[in-house]
Amino acid sequence: MPDKKWRQIKSIVPEAVCCLSALLAITVLFLILYYIFLRGAGVITPSFLTALPTPVGVPGGGIGNALLGSLVMVALGALLAVPCGVAAAVYLDQNPQSSLAAATRFAARVLSGVPSLIIGLFVFTLLVLRTGRYSALAGGIALAVMMLPVIVLTAEEMLRLVPNSWREASLALGASKKQTVLRLVLPAAAAGIAVGVMLAVALAAGQTAPVLLTALSSVFWPENLLQPTASLPVLIYTYAISPFTDWQQQAWGAALVLVVMVLLLNMTAQLFIAVRNRRG
Amino acid sequence: MEQMEGAAHKRNGEGVFPYLTAAAAAGLLLLVGAIFLVVLWGAWPALKAFGPAFLFSTVWDPAADIYGAAPAILGTVITSLLALVLAGPLGVGTAIFLSEMAPPWLKKPVSFMVELLAAVPSVVYGVWGIFVLVPWMRTGPGLFLESRLGFLPFFQGPSIGVSVLTAGLVLTIMILPTIAAISREVMRAVPQDLREGMFALGATRWEMITRVVLPVSRTGISGALLLALGRAIGEAMAVTMVIGNANVIPRSLLAPAQTAASQVVNEFPEAFGLHLSSLLLLGLLLFIITLLINLTAVWLVYRTGQWSGGSGRPARLRVKGRVAGHA
Amino acid sequence: MALDVRIENLSFWFGRQQVLNNVSLFARRKEVTALIGPSGCGKTTLLRCINRLYDLYAGARIAGRITVGAESILDAGTDRVELRRRVGMIFQKPNPFPHLSVFENVAGGPRLHGLAHGRALQERVEACLRKAALWEEVKDCLDRPGALLSGGQQQRLCIARALAVEPEVFLMDEPCASLDPISTMRIEELIKELQEEYTVVIVTHNMQQAARISRQTAFVLNGELVEAGPTAELFVRAGDSRTEAYLTGKMG
Repeated sequence: MPDKKWRQIKSIVPEAVCCLSALLAITVLFLILYYIFLRGAGVITPSFLTALPTPVGVPGGGIGNALLGSLVMVALGALLAVPCGVAAAVYLDQNPQSSLAAATRFAARVLSGVPSLIIGLFVFTLLVLRTGRYSALAGGIALAVMMLPVIVLTAEEMLRLVPNSWREASLALGASKKQTVLRLVLPAAAAGIAVGVMLAVALAAGQTAPVLLTALSSVFWPENLLQPTASLPVLIYTYAISPFTDWQQQAWGAALVLVVMVLLLNMTAQLFIAVRNRRG
Repeated sequence: MEQMEGAAHKRNGEGVFPYLTAAAAAGLLLLVGAIFLVVLWGAWPALKAFGPAFLFSTVWDPAADIYGAAPAILGTVITSLLALVLAGPLGVGTAIFLSEMAPPWLKKPVSFMVELLAAVPSVVYGVWGIFVLVPWMRTGPGLFLESRLGFLPFFQGPSIGVSVLTAGLVLTIMILPTIAAISREVMRAVPQDLREGMFALGATRWEMITRVVLPVSRTGISGALLLALGRAIGEAMAVTMVIGNANVIPRSLLAPAQTAASQVVNEFPEAFGLHLSSLLLLGLLLFIITLLINLTAVWLVYRTGQWSGGSGRPARLRVKGRVAGHA
Repeated sequence: MALDVRIENLSFWFGRQQVLNNVSLFARRKEVTALIGPSGCGKTTLLRCINRLYDLYAGARIAGRITVGAESILDAGTDRVELRRRVGMIFQKPNPFPHLSVFENVAGGPRLHGLAHGRALQERVEACLRKAALWEEVKDCLDRPGALLSGGQQQRLCIARALAVEPEVFLMDEPCASLDPISTMRIEELIKELQEEYTVVIVTHNMQQAARISRQTAFVLNGELVEAGPTAELFVRAGDSRTEAYLTGKMG
């Protein structure tokens, strides 16, 4: 029957197109990772990871201060965002139907869609322009703003997974709501919240624009939080657009370090989610 | 009566705790308002000086202190639409393959990797773009387009590597994992019994996909595309690295240009006064546009999740949208 | 045109787990055959072998022989699209397509197979909805989404949807499991009417239901077919002590 043949062709051709697009997409994406590993791996040595940058033409430059700067700013961001985010999530979990909860959820989703550049401009106008100086503190605050919605949304979801019967049991035993949250609900959801924090940290570690606009960069070790501070993404950007081959080489190496860090964090988080889903 | 006393007693035992958590929740709300107001405040002088003409003027001249956003807006629109047109079909096709066609042993690891790729920082894509794609565009396809299709206004040379097209391609690659990952998640939320129902009527797999999976997940896929578009529009670093940063209306896809985000990143270190304010006004425009796009997107994705009964999914999508975030 | 379904020495594995073991059963045309047994005994799997719906899942392995009419359907070359058109299926949970209207739910199948167009299609949809005893209830809201109907109406919509592609065999997987008693009654009446023209194989949890509607009943336990026979006889004096135990409520 030619009619049936035609139906088969009409099914097989678009399926083949889907296969090909998947193949193409995945090949291109892996080609990029492959390039990063290929060009970056040769650059990475222990001294590359620990040394200060050197001027153009002077060999032996490293990314030590940028790594440390990123670490400081991401840690600062987490320090600000985690308590606020978890507290907000506890509120959402305790009052899921209130209008403030609806507005906050909405705000979290809005915030997670705001381009990071805008968050950089916000902190730049608010702090850098006022105080007249770029600083690690401003960078940390910008990263905290980036991390906040991730933490709020994952933490709320993780808190919701704690069974209601547990809470009721705790309340029935005479514990107050506060005690129930602090001693039972939060510890039970701690691992899940940690996953959210990991995802947030991975997101923050790769941000360039917000850090560039708030902490700028530096060729020295960070000494205090009120100075311009180097960071890994900004260093990659600066080196990559420079016309000097040795800096460009180092940009590949630094990009590899950043990719490995971000992917490891994400992989751990995803694996945790996968394991939990399999159990649940 | 006793019960009520008990309740009152308990409330006393709570102390400031409920107020603290409520304050944190409200703080998030205030933060979003503050971002808008602060950027508006910074952009105010430029807004006052140029008004709506800012959108249409093609002159951006820091020496004369005159600023118009038309080239940047046009550059943003062209690059992000280009990326959406290229990455949309590829991403949805990949999602269909992963959700409906791939054998299980392939499905899990590849989906996992696609989700990981969505988290690769944009500056990394920029590094690849500037060192691999730009030289390649200069010699390979760019030259080909210039010599063979140069008679079309789209492809007039000279092809110097950095261009609107190159930026569009980098954006394509960047938003591809976002589209594929979210679309796959949305398709996975389509109830299996609907698939079986269509198969049981004697549909081929592709007929099942076009008659059940795609229509049921249509709104969610639109949401994924919009989230990706929002990401492309707001992307600063990777674009700055490959677009050439020329303050002109691009003559062709092979010419250098500027997007709103790339212009801000590029010029803000030396900017002050009205120049800085104009950059903030560009930022404000970006903020408003991406806000509208993302709100629609989140609403669409969220709605599908609820509708098809995948209770746990929408929340994860929201998180994904962020992880898949941006520069 | 109804066709006999003959199952011979059918064994089925899912991964390493054996779900069916050497099952043989003959479902005569224009009769209702009921499959009963405790949950997880393999009766749904048996049903899904007859239209090869198990093919959708990796890890399924099958041995034995099933013939629908004269055609052996487990061969590699079997046209599954045509098989599934001829062997309709009704699921445990009503699954009308939520994005389609009542009309489109029924019209989609014939369109897929190019069975009717235009006016003829409209007539076919109406005829099928009438046959499924749903027409009077939905004739004024054919454009509304099928998902807005009640559970019982949705199930009858699914029956109309299956009728529309001119099947010869009906497979029903606990079609009343999620319905209230009145809807159940209407579906049972419908099944009795269907057997005038079709072969019906129905999986049910409910022994009274099997007794009410089926001509033949087969008892499945742990993947094996314990016994099969005329319903009237089986319910009065079971040949096997395990059937007896199940029927009298001592098991499952």
